[in-house]
Amino acid sequence: MIIKQLSVFLDNRTGRLAELTGILAANDINISAFSIADTADYGILRMIVGRPELAAEVLKKHGFAVKITEVVGMIVPHRPGGLHKALQVISDSNVAIDYMYAFATGDCNATAIIRAESMQKLVEVLQEHKLELLKEGDVYQL
Amino acid sequence: MIWNEHYECMERESLMKLQGTRLKDMVERVYYSVPFYRSKLQDQGIEPGDIQSIDDLKKLPFTTKQDLRDNYPFGLFATPRQDVVRLHASSGTTGKSTVVGYTHNDIMMWSEVVARSLTMIGATRDDIIQVAYGYGLFTGGLGLHYGAEKIGASVIPISGGNTKKQLQLMEDFGSTLLACTPSYAAFLGEALAEEKIDPASIKLKAGIFGAEPWSEEMRSQIEKLLRIKAYDIYGLSEIIGPGVSMECHCQNGMHIFEDHFIPEIINPDTCEVLPYGELGELVFTPATKEAMPLIRYRTRDLTRLHADKCECGRTLVRMEKCVGRSDDMLIIRGVNVFPSQVESVLLEMSETKPHYLLVVDRRNNLDILEVQVEVEEQFFSDEVKELENLRHRIKANIASVLGLHADIRLVEPGTIERSMGKAQRVIDRRKLQ
Repeated sequence: MIIKQLSVFLDNRTGRLAELTGILAANDINISAFSIADTADYGILRMIVGRPELAAEVLKKHGFAVKITEVVGMIVPHRPGGLHKALQVISDSNVAIDYMYAFATGDCNATAIIRAESMQKLVEVLQEHKLELLKEGDVYQL
Repeated sequence: MIWNEHYECMERESLMKLQGTRLKDMVERVYYSVPFYRSKLQDQGIEPGDIQSIDDLKKLPFTTKQDLRDNYPFGLFATPRQDVVRLHASSGTTGKSTVVGYTHNDIMMWSEVVARSLTMIGATRDDIIQVAYGYGLFTGGLGLHYGAEKIGASVIPISGGNTKKQLQLMEDFGSTLLACTPSYAAFLGEALAEEKIDPASIKLKAGIFGAEPWSEEMRSQIEKLLRIKAYDIYGLSEIIGPGVSMECHCQNGMHIFEDHFIPEIINPDTCEVLPYGELGELVFTPATKEAMPLIRYRTRDLTRLHADKCECGRTLVRMEKCVGRSDDMLIIRGVNVFPSQVESVLLEMSETKPHYLLVVDRRNNLDILEVQVEVEEQFFSDEVKELENLRHRIKANIASVLGLHADIRLVEPGTIERSMGKAQRVIDRRKLQ
């Protein structure tokens, strides 16, 4: 239920992001989801990619500070209130979310990538409420 | 082991007598052969006959780096140019470089003091010494080279840079000693780990590091990375190059080869001579030098001297690790800042690497210090709050050491330029305005 996310520390300078995507492209690694947390000096890139271990290895070889972090991908209906219902469940169970980002793929569902303080508790809560989670096997080919 | 017991363990009284004789001879030489010194001495009403003993040293005027620049290139030479067999020059970061000439005897004397330095840490003809100081106008490479040959060690004159080759030869040739700048030693240590070279295949036992200020924390870091003892060597090209003083195995300060380089500590503002134990600017009179003897050369280095006898048996005074070169000292919002202080803070924190850059700027007439720090990869967190936490801890630690608030900028590992020679730790943009 837990999937692997790639986190990369990036200096805040022009062209740095394109260097990274260029390396992934050259190694035939597809990016499924992508988000950046930015501060004045640096950014933290978070992404779900096909073959995360290989991606981490090639990026490290090119001098990037890379870390593989565990997240869950929660599938919610793509309509008003869909995300809210799921978040209410998490909130009611007192699980603190560190960060999240979401994307809709055009069909009737949307996916939210969530990192919580306690990943184990998050998975338990979501499963208990029968919320659908992305499986490791299919997530990287989204 | 002591290379030259006669001079290194001399009784203070005999040493002072020797210094007096050598000083008297030097003043006479420069008076008659260097117009700059003759007019300087005449201005102060000093004649060679006025200098009879070491006690008369304080009557003499000082020499500064500016005097060397004003007399560029050969104006301070005390011998005919034909007698000069070697020329070294410092990197002129602010204007003209300073030139130093050596006669054949000067080179012999330099080899002697470096031989003493190497012997001090137990080096013998059984050693293989990898000289990774730059060879060229910089005095580091050739200085170590001649001294190492003098003791009969096998010298690898690899010079600085070319890190892969350094590691390969270190492994293949079985180098037992490494001589380079401390920042390059730390870099080699990191490279060793990155290349996954088995430390057991490296025979290094000690390193001779100098040419830039470094902290005790940097020493432990190098000792850990390379699994060696790290020794401090001190020198400056104006006096001779490396080998002006060296740490013995007691690691209780660096012994100054006083029979050649007469040291004093002065108050940098009043120029008053200070007693042993007090902090001040280090001044040298290299009395035996032929090509370019200098009278009371102000090094800009701040340190203390101690004259009590060392356990190693040498009687030569010991100088403490320099607090900093007053040239490297930054004055930011009225506070004195040495890059080495920042280095100590960062090395004490496991989350940061020993690579850093201080950028000083002036905005709205206010000095701003930015410290760029590389995040140690294993401590990289993908949560902003964790990184901001780290940033605040660095900021607080630096503030408590410097008494000054600095902006901390976390940068990607590997982005601060690695130095193969003297590390560039400071960019002072105020000078450009």
